[in-house]
Amino acid sequence: MDALYGLFIAPFADFGFMQRALFGSLMLSLGACPIGVFLMLRRMSLSGDAMAHAILPGAAAGFLFYGLEILPMTIGGLIAGIIVALGAGAVSRFTIQREDASMAAFYLISLAIGVLMVSIRGSSVDLMHVLFGTVLALNNEALTLIGGIVALTLVSLAIFWRALVAECLDPLFLRSVSRMGSPVHFIFLGLVVLNLVGGFQALGTLLSVGLMMLPAAAARFWTVRVEPMCVLAVLIGFASCIAGLLLSYHASLPSGPAIILSAGVVYFASILFGTRGILRARIIHHRHRTA
Amino acid sequence: MTQTCLTFRDLTLGYNSHPAIHHLDGTIRKGSLTAVVGANGSGKSTLMKGIVGVLKPMAGEVVRAPGVRAAYLPQQSELDRSFPARVVDLVSLGLWPKRGMLGRYTSEDRAAVSQALMAVGLGGFEKRPIDTLSGGQLQRTLFARVLLQDADLILLDEPFNAVDAKTVGDLIALIKRWHGEERTIMVVVHDLELVRQNFPETLLLARQAIAWGETRETLKPENLLRARRFHEAWEENAPWCEPDGHAHDHAHGHDHHGHDHDHHHDVGPRAA
Repeated sequence: MDALYGLFIAPFADFGFMQRALFGSLMLSLGACPIGVFLMLRRMSLSGDAMAHAILPGAAAGFLFYGLEILPMTIGGLIAGIIVALGAGAVSRFTIQREDASMAAFYLISLAIGVLMVSIRGSSVDLMHVLFGTVLALNNEALTLIGGIVALTLVSLAIFWRALVAECLDPLFLRSVSRMGSPVHFIFLGLVVLNLVGGFQALGTLLSVGLMMLPAAAARFWTVRVEPMCVLAVLIGFASCIAGLLLSYHASLPSGPAIILSAGVVYFASILFGTRGILRARIIHHRHRTA
Repeated sequence: MTQTCLTFRDLTLGYNSHPAIHHLDGTIRKGSLTAVVGANGSGKSTLMKGIVGVLKPMAGEVVRAPGVRAAYLPQQSELDRSFPARVVDLVSLGLWPKRGMLGRYTSEDRAAVSQALMAVGLGGFEKRPIDTLSGGQLQRTLFARVLLQDADLILLDEPFNAVDAKTVGDLIALIKRWHGEERTIMVVVHDLELVRQNFPETLLLARQAIAWGETRETLKPENLLRARRFHEAWEENAPWCEPDGHAHDHAHGHDHHGHDHDHHHDVGPRAA
């Protein structure tokens, strides 16, 4: 009993920074995982990655002017992300270029500017910090920010759910019955940026997208409906955060990669054992019904 | 007493400044059932898109009578079949005009969804994931959605593609039921025999309206011949259409973009 306590409970019970890390990352999962499900269903999984890179110059600008302060870096990241999301979204909506290409163009430009700006300041330690984050150093400001982002995300999802589903499932139909198509697309991109910005304090710009996409990708193997898929993604996110933090604590590993790798383990397990995974499809379906 | 449902005024629709529908004038009567026929590229789908408002006119306008709600079944649906949704989720989208983005689905709505599925012969398919449907089943599912939209104006773009004969019969019966309910219906069809048997009115398109009216008149051999001469391709360097130059032969004095702007503008398709 004591061993179990020491393994699973004590790290969180004894250390304030672990509690904050847990609280922050669980909140992040609550908002980011459903967003990830929709990103995946819209075939924009890599756009999330691109957006995460696109945030960099904004965060770097905040960092250049104010040092390692959460608020300027967050606001900077938000602005950069929104410019790229809207720019790429607009190019794909109003020209023949598809979103993947316009997104790639915008984020590469953005990333280059970001790296340039960080290198002006000099040290590569700073760059590492922006890129990989520090979940173990979440302060009250950061937690409040994450909480606000999560609340906004969940409320927006509840309001725009039907439009978002319709826009993914049959965009032309939505356009024929309502003018919500384009607004909902941009609101959704806005939520993606918000959640990535929320995540980058904790996990860094590179890994925040991991907490968004991996649980969603794993959940896809278990269910054929959107609602349960979102719930499952959140639960997988929760489990990954807890497992990752414990791993990080006991094995002295960096917390961000530990969380993402935990989600990665769930992903591979889902590929193999999910109800729509490899093993079910290959082995169990030898029997079939008559109709 | 006849009321108009749709009015086309000098309507030009197209892509990249090339018209696919060129200066269309006319009206669609309320409660009429019109087949839209024509060769590939003659502007049938484009007209549908223009009516529903997905494509903005390059010139002229489509006027809907006030309060007319349209339901549109596109030829090439942008439906994502890999999306994790069940038949009931897809059909329920048809409740949008009634419930909007936020309105709750009532038990009545759910019953209506089941009834719509029953009407297209898919009773009991509610829980099936949409990626397990056959092409014809999916088409019928989309018909059920149109049914649920309860629209005054129904636009169907080649609804009988990839549908077996029995189902075509069922769908025609459904269209006739709508017709009986005084709804206005326009259907893009390729099968002229089907049109002759089931559609009172026909619009024969070849970028312009070749003929438009009672089906038997419209589908006369000479009209069909004229439609067949229609030249499908865009001409990259086709001359610009002058604001008032389309309706009548005009003089050759336009020297500001002078070359080869000559008498292609008489009635009928360009036979170039």
